[in-house]
Amino acid sequence: MQENITLLQYFKRYFKRCITGPWSLMCGLSVSLKYFFDPRRIVTEQYPENRKTLRMHPRYRGRLEMIEDADGNNHCTACGMCERACPNASINVLSTKNIAGKKVLGRYVYHFASCTQCGLCVEACPFGAIRMNQDFEVATTDPNTLEMILNKKEGQG
Amino acid sequence: MFVPSITNPVGDFVREMVPRLAEYLPASIQSDTLNSIVAFLVNALICVIAVCAVNIGSAPILIYMERKVCAHVQCRLGPMRLGWHGTIQTIADVLKMLFKEVYAPSGADKLMFYLAPLIVLIAPFIVCALIPFGRDLVVADVSMGIPLIIAVNGFGVLGILLGGWSSNNKYSLLGALRSGAQMISYEISFTMILLFVVMISGSTNLMSITLGQEGTISDWWIFKIPVLGIIAFILFFISSTAEMNRAPFDIAEAEQELTGGYHTEYNGTPFAMFYLAEYIALVTNSALATTCFLGGFLPPCIGVAFVDNYLNMVPGVVWFFAKVFFMIWCYMMVRWTFVRPRVDQLMDFEWKFLLPVNLVLLIAGAAYIVVCG
Ligand code: SF4
Ligand code: SF4
Repeated sequence: MQENITLLQYFKRYFKRCITGPWSLMCGLSVSLKYFFDPRRIVTEQYPENRKTLRMHPRYRGRLEMIEDADGNNHCTACGMCERACPNASINVLSTKNIAGKKVLGRYVYHFASCTQCGLCVEACPFGAIRMNQDFEVATTDPNTLEMILNKKEGQG
Repeated sequence: MFVPSITNPVGDFVREMVPRLAEYLPASIQSDTLNSIVAFLVNALICVIAVCAVNIGSAPILIYMERKVCAHVQCRLGPMRLGWHGTIQTIADVLKMLFKEVYAPSGADKLMFYLAPLIVLIAPFIVCALIPFGRDLVVADVSMGIPLIIAVNGFGVLGILLGGWSSNNKYSLLGALRSGAQMISYEISFTMILLFVVMISGSTNLMSITLGQEGTISDWWIFKIPVLGIIAFILFFISSTAEMNRAPFDIAEAEQELTGGYHTEYNGTPFAMFYLAEYIALVTNSALATTCFLGGFLPPCIGVAFVDNYLNMVPGVVWFFAKVFFMIWCYMMVRWTFVRPRVDQLMDFEWKFLLPVNLVLLIAGAAYIVVCG
């Protein structure tokens, strides 16, 4: 189990450890002391009480939503990449044809009930047309509200 | 007739009151012997109640404190819901624990199984009775205080071994055996450090050890002997952490590998008693550290008369508990910072590091006394 070392080497190692060991422990202790005395580091949210001021982390993945400008226009081209990326078929991109005969987005149907908020659809979209928003109070008593159409305007782009 | 007496203002008060109340009794049963016996019994009852109050009362406070300290180290808030900042959370937990059904696993040795938590509780209660909490506040001012503490500390390991063995569970047995090996090994360094304190203070009575540190803050044993005092204090800290089975030396419990070790099979009140013993041991060990190194109930005077007058106005009990809680906080910070060593590393640490250092420290202490004392 142990390699062959001379007695001198053994003691050298022993005394070196007597110094480095406590030093590393002190480093660890200094970190936890810093955490203990600094209340700004606390990440716990007192949720129902601070509901008014609560801000979600930017990387939180809530409900899927379509990025729309003020007029309600979006960048979706109905390419269907998000639909294919979705591991549990929560997205149905129903395309239609515009007057020029070009394929455009008809209805973007999103099944929130089966969505796992994995964010793969957002990564897959080549046009950056969708994002996950910050909603976290999404509980509902009516399952019908979980089927939603994300785009406000049809047939554009 | 010999009647042991309790020498403090409370004891005097009781001795004064009992004859006065006895006057209302019929004259035929009045006697001085009876009075002194009654006074002694009342005093003894007060002592028992006081020790129980300190021990059992401190456990919920410490559990709350542990949860808060742990939470703040880990960037959390800890219990916040019940009461102001979760202050009555532990009381709710205790109630829940007490109302749970108590049962033993099949095949367990029932007698041993229920005896073990009681045995574990013996040691901290006896040690608590020996600690001087103030100039007049000590239950048993025995001259062999330190040897008695060392002797009763063995009950802790006995209780844990019994609990683990009688549970009829492989995890419990493993945890108990580990803890037996650990506690017996670390008892040696624990004893050696106490021996060092006895050597420099020249007494085994905890009261005279405390009073030997009278003066300024630099007269405390931790500072009175340059360097050696601080080393001894750190070694005491390490070995008492191991003695109490607290993390980082909690291989007896080792939640991640042994699912709780020796108290795996316990639930309800017996489990609560193990828990209680753990926290009372924390109090008594901190109290011991305070008495032996941090000047016990003496105020931290700094040698400036103006400041010292104010410091002396605060009663000794307050200083004592302030120091005890500081020590407990240190134990908690260590618990939530350091990682648990492996079993063999733990043994290596004791036999290859702590014991040699202790022996060197004893020799150095003796040399110091010969040269400077
Ligand atoms: S977040 Fe995941 S599960 Fe939800 S719609 Fe997008 S790909 Fe599907
Ligand atoms: S949201 Fe993006 S990936 Fe999905 S159909 Fe529209 S453009 Fe394509």
